[in-house]
Amino acid sequence: MTTHEEHAHPQLGFVRKYIFSTDHKIIGVQYIITAMSMAVVGGILSMLMRLQLGWPSAPSPTLEGIFPTGFAGGIMAPEFYLSLVTMHGTIMVFFLFTAVLTGGFGNFLIPLQIGARDMAFPFLNALSYWTFLLSCITILGALFVEGGAPLGGWTAYAPLSALPEMGPGQGDGMTLWIVAIALFTASGLMGGLNYVTTLLTMRTKGMSMMRLPLTQWALFITAILGTLAFPVLLAAGILLTFDRIGGTSFFVPAGLYTASGVAVEHSGGHPLLWQHLFWFFGHPEVYIVLLPAMGIASDILSTFARKPIFSYRMMVYSMSAIAFLSFIVWGHHMFLSGMNPILGSLFTVTTLLIAIPSAVKTFNWIGTLWGARIQFTVPMLFAVGFVSTFISGGLSGVFLGTSASDIALHDTYFVVGHFHLVMAVAPLFAAFAGIYFWFPKMFGRMMNMTVGKVHFWISFIGVNCVFFPMHAMGVVGHLRRIYDPTQYLFLEPVYGMNQFISIAAFILGGAQILFIGNFFASIWLGPKAGKNPWNATTLEWTVPSPPGHGNFGPELPVVERWAFDYGLPGAKEDFVMQTEAPSRVESGSG
Amino acid sequence: MANGVGTGKVTVPGVVLGGLLAIFVVISTWLFITDRYWFTELSSEHGASLDGVFIAVLIVTGIAFVATQGLLAYFVTRYGANGDEKASYWHDNPKAEMILIGGTALTLTILVFYGQLVWYDIYFTDPPEDSMVVEVTGQQFQWVFRYPGIDGEFGERNISLVSPTNFIGLDRNGAGADDIVALGQMHAVLNQPVTVLLRSTDVIHNFHVPHLRVKQDAVPGLTIENHFVATIAGEYEIACAELCGANHYRMKAALTIDETEAEFDQWMEEQLPFQ
Amino acid sequence: MPTITQEVTTVPIPDRPDVLDGFGPPARPPVDAGGGDEGRSPGQGPAFPVSKGRLALWLVLTVVAMLFAGFSSAYIVLRAVPAWENVALPGSLWANTFVLLGSSVTMEWTRRRMAQGNTASAKKWMAATTALGMAFLGGQILAWNQLVNAGIYLTSTLHSSFLYILTGVHALHLVGGIGALTAITVQIFKNRYSASRHEPVTLCATYWHFMDGLWVYLFLLLALA
Repeated sequence: MTTHEEHAHPQLGFVRKYIFSTDHKIIGVQYIITAMSMAVVGGILSMLMRLQLGWPSAPSPTLEGIFPTGFAGGIMAPEFYLSLVTMHGTIMVFFLFTAVLTGGFGNFLIPLQIGARDMAFPFLNALSYWTFLLSCITILGALFVEGGAPLGGWTAYAPLSALPEMGPGQGDGMTLWIVAIALFTASGLMGGLNYVTTLLTMRTKGMSMMRLPLTQWALFITAILGTLAFPVLLAAGILLTFDRIGGTSFFVPAGLYTASGVAVEHSGGHPLLWQHLFWFFGHPEVYIVLLPAMGIASDILSTFARKPIFSYRMMVYSMSAIAFLSFIVWGHHMFLSGMNPILGSLFTVTTLLIAIPSAVKTFNWIGTLWGARIQFTVPMLFAVGFVSTFISGGLSGVFLGTSASDIALHDTYFVVGHFHLVMAVAPLFAAFAGIYFWFPKMFGRMMNMTVGKVHFWISFIGVNCVFFPMHAMGVVGHLRRIYDPTQYLFLEPVYGMNQFISIAAFILGGAQILFIGNFFASIWLGPKAGKNPWNATTLEWTVPSPPGHGNFGPELPVVERWAFDYGLPGAKEDFVMQTEAPSRVESGSG
Repeated sequence: MANGVGTGKVTVPGVVLGGLLAIFVVISTWLFITDRYWFTELSSEHGASLDGVFIAVLIVTGIAFVATQGLLAYFVTRYGANGDEKASYWHDNPKAEMILIGGTALTLTILVFYGQLVWYDIYFTDPPEDSMVVEVTGQQFQWVFRYPGIDGEFGERNISLVSPTNFIGLDRNGAGADDIVALGQMHAVLNQPVTVLLRSTDVIHNFHVPHLRVKQDAVPGLTIENHFVATIAGEYEIACAELCGANHYRMKAALTIDETEAEFDQWMEEQLPFQ
Repeated sequence: MPTITQEVTTVPIPDRPDVLDGFGPPARPPVDAGGGDEGRSPGQGPAFPVSKGRLALWLVLTVVAMLFAGFSSAYIVLRAVPAWENVALPGSLWANTFVLLGSSVTMEWTRRRMAQGNTASAKKWMAATTALGMAFLGGQILAWNQLVNAGIYLTSTLHSSFLYILTGVHALHLVGGIGALTAITVQIFKNRYSASRHEPVTLCATYWHFMDGLWVYLFLLLALA
């Protein structure tokens, strides 16, 4: 059998093995490292934003040297600030979170955790990564074209996004933005196709759907969400492109003119149509980011609580319910858009409906910790951090989902605080947890846990200092996407808070250098990891770290139980591998 | 081998994490129960009910926040690993879950009803017959206010008449002859209903008067109606709350609530020479 | 390994729910330890009843369906704006529709002949399908030509914009389909398929029928404006 394996997978050269690889593990790692690089860019952009918000228009000759146009005269230009806003949002939502959670963990974990040798369509998988890389290059290109990156925010509301004459960056920058998003969509769809097919057809013996680790359920549901949501964004992007370069008028009504009085040659369209199409995609996208984070956090919580996840079934059902409901809540982004207020009422109902499965998940995570024997490893710390930030951000969502209280809070820092906690920090923490957890499986070495702990403590305090006070700023009325808040007198009470947040953000940003350094140093210098350094139960921990090509030995593993047998009474250890046959447990109990 | 018999241990990282969570809960609660960071002073009739919804949601989510973060803090403090002691092996409790789901659903239902009653009041109530109508046009990056003048009727707007002095292309023939147009300045009278007709000539803007709890998009191609009654005289800031381009941050205007009709009329007269 | 499901009852249960201090959920006997399983015995593989290829095709078709659902909802929303103005559909679209329906019929015959192992007949019908598919595409170009001659351009009205874009995006999908048809025609003529092994033919048939149905839907949507 072994010789057969070797025959089937001949030794590949470095390029075929690590660069143009079709091995799902390599592709997963490629996704993670690419997404991390994008996160560095997105993070630096946010630091520049914080600089401007904390000390509006402070002269900076140094930055003028780096960004001659953005800081012309030593002071940040308003359009440069807005292009930072757009690029930060776009990069983080798509190129970090969607990429790292579905692309990274999805590719790396799906075959390993379900007992498959690779994805269903390995070549398509590689193509998905290379398309993603191309889209990364394209979106970064937007920073360097004439006029700079688009300034309309990641939501690209029409007609601002449809009319190049409405601002710098809305020309070539915006075009590149659309191309990048279209490429990203294509990449995501190829990935999703692979994930669903692999998860349904390639599970090993005994791996019934209800024995899947929750990460797998989350990735499965996410892939379906992506399959249903991404094409709608693509359709909207195609229509927008025609508006921009084909002269059509889907999103542009008649009778518009520019600030200099030049009439716009369009007629008949409807600006709200873009918002409907965008958010029909955009809200599921929130859960495309969040669901894998939930799955990863659930599995890691259970592992280090040394206790089964509380109510596995409800976890699966609530994820499915969230996924379904995510398609009928998009209007809560549009309460004040001029949409029919009856729809506002309907969307309030559906939105608060989605709070129920989210609450179920929270109860279940807390229930998992009840009576646990918690090992405070770095992945566990981040998983608990995930739960805490998810609660904070989730609850502040209730204010925004209620149409009446949204009036005061819409487009303020309350919204910024809310979505950062719930769909940026929470997924980020889950991703950190996942990387610390599966790093040994990826590279065969452990990350440095002391540095990891420092990284966690600074990050956890940091995010709460940065994002929680934003809610209070939003209550005062601090508008989002504002280049200079000191323009408004009613914001005077929060000028100081802006500086506090900026300082906290710099510390938080700086702490991420620890992580990146730790990550790359540990690839070569970390202590060697065994098969199962965490005493976890799932299939990837039955094989060497890192697993060889084809993942499993000559025989695929046979699954005998669910993934959460931690602390099983009668068992010898406090964990029972999924492959462990029941008889073995019994003998252990003797 | 202890089969889960035991109590777990209070560990150092557990205490630190639980303590941090506790501190975080205390500071967060403080942030929201002191009035240090609160809404701008309320100056409109409908605003009170909106603030009321906020407070109701704040109480409900506040309780949930303290309870869940508190439990999280307690469990991480209380249930640290203790040697090779096992955790308790249970993973289902349908009854407890049903109670929690039911409780959540019930609370949310009440919130929805309360919130929607207020929403309904604001969006499904027509402005009073005698309310003053002001057309508000957002354009990069200024607010243009138009009053119908003595005839009470707005004149036609024509894109071909747009010029550096005629921002909205007002046709001065016909009903537009007596229209009063003011750039960046709006006046209204204390305790008198005002209806604003929101329009835009380029991209989406948002007419936002924080003190009056007014916030509504101005969408090109649509005319969106919004109405309010100011209850405190004074000068208020009007902001654009929807990203509209490079100088979005300084697309602002001033709203003056005049104490008496006479003051308002005087302002109107002052505007005439500019027309 | 047939006796697996017995395992759980033999696991000892702790005397007392340990950690709850008499409070909270009771430690239920782990009746479904190793649980979460839906009673499938581990000896059975989770054989999924649909092949990878077919599943992947269904997912692709879901994507296409959602893409056009996006376009359709835009169409329906904009249909209601006052500026909407209908244009006359080119008459050749009717002929094209029949050509495409015909190609669907020949594709189905190909599939059935193939399933019966009648390769000789399948070859003919496959070639006919490819030809009809190309004829449809040619017909669509003709229809665009008719539109241009009638002075109806992409930007003329919202209806004409949709007319061009929907037919165009649909045609792009057909270009892909014809690529597949051509490849399969070549394979059939090389006798690569048999009654037991011809999945590409059935998958291609599904794709083609879907595109056919999609066209009928789009045509109705545009015609009933």
